[in-house]
Amino acid sequence: MRVMVNGEGIEVEDGATVAALLNQLGLPGDRTVVELSGQVVTREEHTSKVIADGDTVELIRFVGGG
Amino acid sequence: MLFNDTHSPEEVRSLVTRAMDTTPERVERALSATNASFSDFLALISPAAADFLEQLAARAQRITRERFGRIVRLYAPIYVSNECTNSCAYCGFNKGNEVRRITLTPEEVFEEARALWHEGFRDILLVSGEAPNKAPLSQLVEAARMLSRDFPSISVEIYPLETEGYVSLERAGVEGVTVFQETYDPELYTKYHLGGKKRDFDFRLATPDRIGAAGMRKIGLGALLGLGHWRFEAVSLAMHALYLQKTYWQTNVSISFPRIRAASGGFLPPSPVSDREMAQLAFALRLLIPDIGLTLSTRETAEFRDGITPICFTSTSAGSKTEPGGYTRPGEATEQFAIEDSRTPGEVAEAIRGMGLEPVWKDWDRAFIAAESMESLPKDAERMA
Amino acid sequence: MSVTSKAGDTLKIADRTFNSRLLVGTGKFEHPELMSAAIQASGAEIVTVALRRVDLTRPDEDILSAIDTDKYLLLPNTSGARDAEEALRLARMARAAGMPDWIKLEVTPEPRYLLPDPVETLKAAELLVKEGFTVLPYIGADPLLAKRLEEIGTATVMPLGSPIGSNRGILTRASIEIIIEQANIPVVVDAGLGAPSHAAEAMEMGADAVLVNTAIAIADDPVGMAEAFAMGTAAGRAGYLAGLASSSRNAIASSPLTGFLGKN
Repeated sequence: MRVMVNGEGIEVEDGATVAALLNQLGLPGDRTVVELSGQVVTREEHTSKVIADGDTVELIRFVGGG
Repeated sequence: MLFNDTHSPEEVRSLVTRAMDTTPERVERALSATNASFSDFLALISPAAADFLEQLAARAQRITRERFGRIVRLYAPIYVSNECTNSCAYCGFNKGNEVRRITLTPEEVFEEARALWHEGFRDILLVSGEAPNKAPLSQLVEAARMLSRDFPSISVEIYPLETEGYVSLERAGVEGVTVFQETYDPELYTKYHLGGKKRDFDFRLATPDRIGAAGMRKIGLGALLGLGHWRFEAVSLAMHALYLQKTYWQTNVSISFPRIRAASGGFLPPSPVSDREMAQLAFALRLLIPDIGLTLSTRETAEFRDGITPICFTSTSAGSKTEPGGYTRPGEATEQFAIEDSRTPGEVAEAIRGMGLEPVWKDWDRAFIAAESMESLPKDAERMA
Repeated sequence: MSVTSKAGDTLKIADRTFNSRLLVGTGKFEHPELMSAAIQASGAEIVTVALRRVDLTRPDEDILSAIDTDKYLLLPNTSGARDAEEALRLARMARAAGMPDWIKLEVTPEPRYLLPDPVETLKAAELLVKEGFTVLPYIGADPLLAKRLEEIGTATVMPLGSPIGSNRGILTRASIEIIIEQANIPVVVDAGLGAPSHAAEAMEMGADAVLVNTAIAIADDPVGMAEAFAMGTAAGRAGYLAGLASSSRNAIASSPLTGFLGKN
């Protein structure tokens, strides 16, 4: 299925969990913040939270800042 | 958090000891500081600083001009009652004294206030002994409410209340509350307060916190010079004022430190304070806390008042009577203490103008406060004019 | 060269205690290794970071790999937020990333000078404190706003010396002096400190700490500059503790004022 991630369309397995998506994108699970359709997904939920068709995903992480 | 939690007499004593062996060089450094620190203040109340009184006076005057300009506010006390359940050794109203005691009704307070209104006063201080049954708070609140339209500035100097009491006073139009700790030394406090609720040192010490918590616009602190050693009281007063300014940052703090006068009980002050020492204290406080209000009482002689007012004082009472009914039916009740400066308010105002200062009778107006936030008087209530 | 603060002169913010009074930011460094070395050299214990959308084309660019989160307290900021709501969203995300509940509240809707919006900052602070965050708000040097934030329960106030990245030092001295005099919580001078002497000046005034980022990150030798700021901060603090002889103004000779006092 097709899902919007940080504004880009990405092909994802049907029924994929958040953890699977992060893995597919090569992102570290413990330091990436995931927001699914406006709701923050806590780290504990990464393996259980399933991505639905049409969801929008925001992936956020720490960068340099003052 | 209360001031009580931060105030320790032992610490004050050690600071006073430190002040005592200040050198003249340290005094000079304190005098030249742009913003005097607390350690500068200790140097300025030291014996060594007594030889620099002229420079200290010059600095105090300059700072007062910078912060207050040339104004001196005039107010007068109205004694509502000289009934009292306490027995304080130094006070004319001491329960043990055989004195003529009166409690004015709100209407009688109105008449006393009318006399002052016609003298030009717009700022009055309601004073009462502690006798909740004979002179209840409700009567005082009623008196304040009746005066609030003609007197934009009403303060009270009465026994310590709980916060709710101050809220009801504030709603009735009172803007300030003065409460003297008398002496900040707990042992001396116990020695001179022999009976009644006023024996409770800590309850009284926390009173300014309760006044601040009630959102009162002004808090007046004070010590009665002559009870404790003046340097001990000076350090405590300074700490208390700084604490209140920082904690209740929207509230205006002022200090007064009258010297004990002969009271009808014949009390003699154990640690009398000289003119030079009182002046030194006032000047040092001005340097430490530039914006502090300094209030001068009619207990001092006309000569002393005219000398010190132009240097650092910002408000003074005038033509004061210290007995209930003193303005409209003098001689009926016993006074709290004898006053030294018996000039009329007009004469005091004239003397102030003579010093190149500006006497201020009215400093505020009820119109500045939204009407509904004040329990306003019925429109047809009697006017003073 | 380690710069040790005076024994016992620790900085307490909320429930934590720190030895260093220099906080450092992690923006604008050429590469993570240089940043990591500079942080080490600064002796800082609190390090600020920002939150941004992941660049999917560069998944391995992960700043946290260059910062030992056991050794440093990571202080996420809410830069990029233009109002209270966005600041809240960023703060919740930082918390979701497993960071301690500390947040540098930074609401800077105006992109040129990045000056903090007082109204949205106050609004956000109240909400964040209620949600259990330890809030360190970046603000203009406004004493009234500082007291309002203190009343709401922020852990510190962080008034700016001059605009972010301007390196112009402390252009708000008179206001910061008032903030320091009136504060019952730590005052951290943040933004615009361009040289170690600026940090020293803030500390000499009685500030509790300073936060520096640009001046270290863009220096020719960031590690050397980090050390210099550490020394500047410690020197200023030592000067303050030693009781700075404040600038003197001679007393004004005038006619005898105390003549009325006579001799007694």
